[in-house]
Amino acid sequence: MADRSKGLDVSLEQDAPIPLNARLRCEPGQVLALVGPSGSGKSTILSAIAGLRNIANGRISCNGSVWYDSAKHINMATRLRRVGFVFQSYALFPHLSALANVMEGLGSGYRGSRENRARELLELVRLGGLEARRPSELSGGQQQRVAVARALARDPNVLLLDEPFSSVDRVTRQRLHRELGHLRGELQMPIVLVTHDLEEAVQLGDRMSILHRGHTLQEGAPRDIMARPANREVARLVDLKNIFQARIAAQRPGAGITALVWGSTTLEAGYAPGFAAGDLVDWVIPSGRVILHRRRRPSRGIRENPVRGRVESMVALGDTVTVAIKVDSLDGYPLFMSMPVHAAERNSVAPGERVGVSLIRDDIHIMPAQQSETRDDASADI
Amino acid sequence: MDWTAFLLSLKLAAWTVAILLPLGIFIARHLAWRRYPGKAFVEAALALPLVLPPTVLGYYLLVGLGRASPIGQVYENIFGAPLVFTFEGLLIASIIFNLPFAVQPMQRAFETISQEIRDAASCCGMTSWRKLWRIELPLAWPGIMTAFVLTFAHTIGEFGVVLMVGGSIPGETRTAAIAIYDRVQAFDNAAAGAMSAMLLVISLIAIGIANLATSRAGARRG
Repeated sequence: MADRSKGLDVSLEQDAPIPLNARLRCEPGQVLALVGPSGSGKSTILSAIAGLRNIANGRISCNGSVWYDSAKHINMATRLRRVGFVFQSYALFPHLSALANVMEGLGSGYRGSRENRARELLELVRLGGLEARRPSELSGGQQQRVAVARALARDPNVLLLDEPFSSVDRVTRQRLHRELGHLRGELQMPIVLVTHDLEEAVQLGDRMSILHRGHTLQEGAPRDIMARPANREVARLVDLKNIFQARIAAQRPGAGITALVWGSTTLEAGYAPGFAAGDLVDWVIPSGRVILHRRRRPSRGIRENPVRGRVESMVALGDTVTVAIKVDSLDGYPLFMSMPVHAAERNSVAPGERVGVSLIRDDIHIMPAQQSETRDDASADI
Repeated sequence: MDWTAFLLSLKLAAWTVAILLPLGIFIARHLAWRRYPGKAFVEAALALPLVLPPTVLGYYLLVGLGRASPIGQVYENIFGAPLVFTFEGLLIASIIFNLPFAVQPMQRAFETISQEIRDAASCCGMTSWRKLWRIELPLAWPGIMTAFVLTFAHTIGEFGVVLMVGGSIPGETRTAAIAIYDRVQAFDNAAAGAMSAMLLVISLIAIGIANLATSRAGARRG
């Protein structure tokens, strides 16, 4: 069991100006990704951890030291919390060189030792040789690395990263992702990463917390959340397209099966305890787990939750195409299937064509039913 | 050439700058970064010297600092002499009529320092003084230099307020601008011309120094 005194514990609550009801925990050496749409309170939480913004009620502690406790009127000053903060715009001091920026993070000790340590940190982020350059003379990626070096200069109790990759191009972002992945092996403090990019959260986060309107909706391993969202809202926020309602037809725990009635189709899902026959539920399946029946060479897989329908539309993005299928005898939203473009071409999948697909049983995830929202909401950007 | 008046002008400008710049930095930071009800009114009040006729401002200062005023009486009780028609009275008036010239350029300069930069300084563990010294003042430097030059040049050139509050007492309140007026009244155009030329050169040099310092600061920031 983890030592509760180590790591970062955050619990925040307030009604205004930004409503918050958030609980987070991040272990030393772990990356916690805070994910949510704009205005969900991600950056506010980061500012509260750093002590840059006060929240009405809550408690923040790190490594056994209480930084903020509204009940006990404890509010430690930012400079005493020793946080490393990489801001979205990097917030480098524009009048200082890269070296001097990092030295500012090292406090006011003996200049010679501060300079040596700052040079080491710039080497660590692979910026050796660029010490004398001012921020305006560095590229976006280089500025980001100076910001990381400056944040690490504090030997911080916690490292806070506020969308640090949003201002660089895709190629640089991927390189910086790799570098952060490499660097974090050497860091033993909790790392909180704010991002609106799910791919980034999955790639870099050990854990992920989904925020919406200031509330933490779900916290867990990124792939678990993506495959097993707690409810319809989380499913929507992690960009699952196939979110439907159904009724529990039967529970067969012995066979490990929960049967669902979806329109006129009966589906078999992995056993989901906690529901009874007749319950209305929401269910999801990732579009990549909807498998096309090959026309020329049908396999045994076609017996697993077979569904037939007509292709409504197709959207290709790179090598993958997302196919919207209007399911027979079912009104409402289409079923989405994603597949390689070449596979779609080889199987003559095209708008208007009839297709048969299978829904992989163990990838159907059942959740308690929530009010369904409009399609505009359902497709909102994250 | 009335060197006494000329040196008095320089002395008044130096004291005004010495007192108003630190005070102005405090007010400018406050106005740049704080939001509160009535802020617009405070800003309007600070800008008044820009639009009021100098004689009107001078009149109110004369009444407000005079022997019958509470401020004038307190001052006289402590120091045993009236405030108006003295160098000290002139200095207080000079600080008040220069407020917008000092505060506004610095306020604009502090407004350009983003919240993130100030937060980054806090996260670097800086105390308020270190933040001011290492980050805020260097970044606001062009505005501070502009405030310095405007205050200095405006003090040397001010006529209406100085005449109302200080009169024209040689060595005490007769500044170069008043002396030029006196020389013209006495048909001594040669002395008036020499002093005017001297003020012109000083003003040009001050603006030149400010521009140079500003452009260097801009180059440093990149």
